[in-house]
Amino acid sequence: MTLSDLSPVEVSRRLGGGGLTIRTGPFNFRIVSGIQSVAEGLAALYSDYPLADDHEFVDFTVTLARSRGLRRWWRPQVKFTYDGQSPFAPLPVDHAFPLLEWAMNWCISTQAHQYLCLHAAVIEKKGLAAIMPAPPGSGKSTLCAGLVSRGWRLLSDELTLISLTDGLIVPLGRPISLKNESLDVIRQFVPGAVLNRVTHDTSKGSVSHMKVPVSHVNRLNDQARAGWVIFPKYVPDAGAELTARSKANSMLELGRNAFNYTVLGLAGFEMLADVVSASDCYDFTYSRLDDAVSVFDKLAEGRSA
Amino acid sequence: MRSLLAQVWAQPNEQPAWTLSKWETVLGQARQARLLGRLARHYADHHWLVTVPKQPRQYLEGALRLIERQHHEVQWETLCIRRALMGVDTPVVMLKGAAYFVAGLPPRHGRLFSDIDIMVKKECLPEVEGALFRHGWISEERDAYNQRYYREWMHEIPPMTHVQRGTVIDVHHTITPPTSRFKVDGARLLECAVAIDGWEGVYVLAPVDMVLHSAVHLFQEGEFSHGLRDLLDINDLLLHFGTDAGFWGALFARARDLGLGEPLFHALHHTQRLFGTRAPQESAQALQDIRPNWITRQLMSALLNRALQPLHPSCDEPGSNLARWLLYIRSHYLRMPWYLIVPHLTRKAYMRYFPKNGKAAMNADQVVR
Repeated sequence: MTLSDLSPVEVSRRLGGGGLTIRTGPFNFRIVSGIQSVAEGLAALYSDYPLADDHEFVDFTVTLARSRGLRRWWRPQVKFTYDGQSPFAPLPVDHAFPLLEWAMNWCISTQAHQYLCLHAAVIEKKGLAAIMPAPPGSGKSTLCAGLVSRGWRLLSDELTLISLTDGLIVPLGRPISLKNESLDVIRQFVPGAVLNRVTHDTSKGSVSHMKVPVSHVNRLNDQARAGWVIFPKYVPDAGAELTARSKANSMLELGRNAFNYTVLGLAGFEMLADVVSASDCYDFTYSRLDDAVSVFDKLAEGRSA
Repeated sequence: MRSLLAQVWAQPNEQPAWTLSKWETVLGQARQARLLGRLARHYADHHWLVTVPKQPRQYLEGALRLIERQHHEVQWETLCIRRALMGVDTPVVMLKGAAYFVAGLPPRHGRLFSDIDIMVKKECLPEVEGALFRHGWISEERDAYNQRYYREWMHEIPPMTHVQRGTVIDVHHTITPPTSRFKVDGARLLECAVAIDGWEGVYVLAPVDMVLHSAVHLFQEGEFSHGLRDLLDINDLLLHFGTDAGFWGALFARARDLGLGEPLFHALHHTQRLFGTRAPQESAQALQDIRPNWITRQLMSALLNRALQPLHPSCDEPGSNLARWLLYIRSHYLRMPWYLIVPHLTRKAYMRYFPKNGKAAMNADQVVR
């Protein structure tokens, strides 16, 4: 059963009651919220995701509720609560949906130490994954959205999860976050893209999320092996260009971009070393998505799993 | 639903039979009470982990990884602190978690750390602060009011954060605020401090003082989000030290001596209620002597029964929040005279609603950069 099997009324009823339980990659989330934009966002972006059965274990229960008190009437706010704890400052109530996405990422990156968790987008072709770590503003999500619309499979836009037991990359498959100029770039590049309602004036500017193609969602159990580590950078008017990057430096930079590298200690170090050893490492500059796609496709042709 | 967690340590050798949905609740309670590491350690030590279903087990194993890492850090931090304070003429007494850690006491197992607490001679405070500053710890408290609050009214200086490692250290000169009803002279504690083998210059409080500190801390700090954890620490200490002949007698004598009978009474009442640990028969009279009056007992027990539950939705009962709030107010009332409390709490409430720039809580999007 997927979310689209439920009527909008039923979605709202579950969200406002005991919670709506969605399976995304290896995690079950129970989402509790009476806020309409949350229901709308979920209906728009998560319709193809399986719902967890009642007897299944739920990894994270997240609640988004309107703040109480006088603020209810004067600039209403939304508060995120996880297990009775509210780690973040409340936001204006119309930021509820992006807050949900950020909060879900926060749950995973702070709790899921069964994975080495990198702050990086990750996509797959022919069983091989391209890990793309990058600081904000480097065009990582835009590139990820572009490639995912042209034959690459989305594993994750934000968190690369590497299993500590077998070193395989586990798909998370959640919607791709886009912001500001990249919204228009993707609307043009992917005419059929489904984006949810844009939220303006967040601390990241205007943000929206792109729906993941259903064929990708249906393959959330298919893991991938690391094939490339690519550090993308958007440079206006530049051609698409790959340059080799040393493995040692790539490893350092990946470690810096890992949420729980230090928690995992030696296990994290060894895992990262294995990932980097198995990968070709590059810096990648680009300005046009079409050029980027052909460079990536050429990479994939050159190797097979 | 009552705390499922407390049952684990009430019958420590019986493995609870939890369904997946119970596990969900237990993990949530444990996260909130900062007992996830303890729970994981308990399961690992009893060789029960293999029997736990995969999904909850992953989070227990994750907690074990986190503990291991944190214990390396505490060890390293303690070495750094000792080195920084080498030239200062004071014993460096580790308090609470760090003390259990360096002294190898049972509460160290599975313990997660947020900061390190130390105690030094009061007259050495400026020198200690200077030495820590030279070794990279700075006070991030910029607010003049808060600086004054700590320095004039508290038993510690504002927390200091290491510029590179981000670790936090709280420097105390005694265990209760000078304005407190339970005022304790730090020098009397330092007299009895115990040196730690293999850690030159590093001390911990004497066993009875350690228990009394935990007790007064639990009921005076007013932060019950990890009250159950703190009570479990006390329980561990009682079980550990309680086997020494003379411990219990010395504990009651010291409590009377330092004027900490009431917090000790409450601590013993609740360790008995939740974990079944009781003072030996021969201490019955001593326990009787520190007993507060009937009304205080009833009231405190009603409040603490609620507040000592994990701060988790599954443990919410009618009155839980009110109980915590009343204990919070009470903790301030114990710590300061009313003419200091009223303006202080008013200001705190105001600051919570209208934080100054830069003091606001973290935003969600800053976490996933």
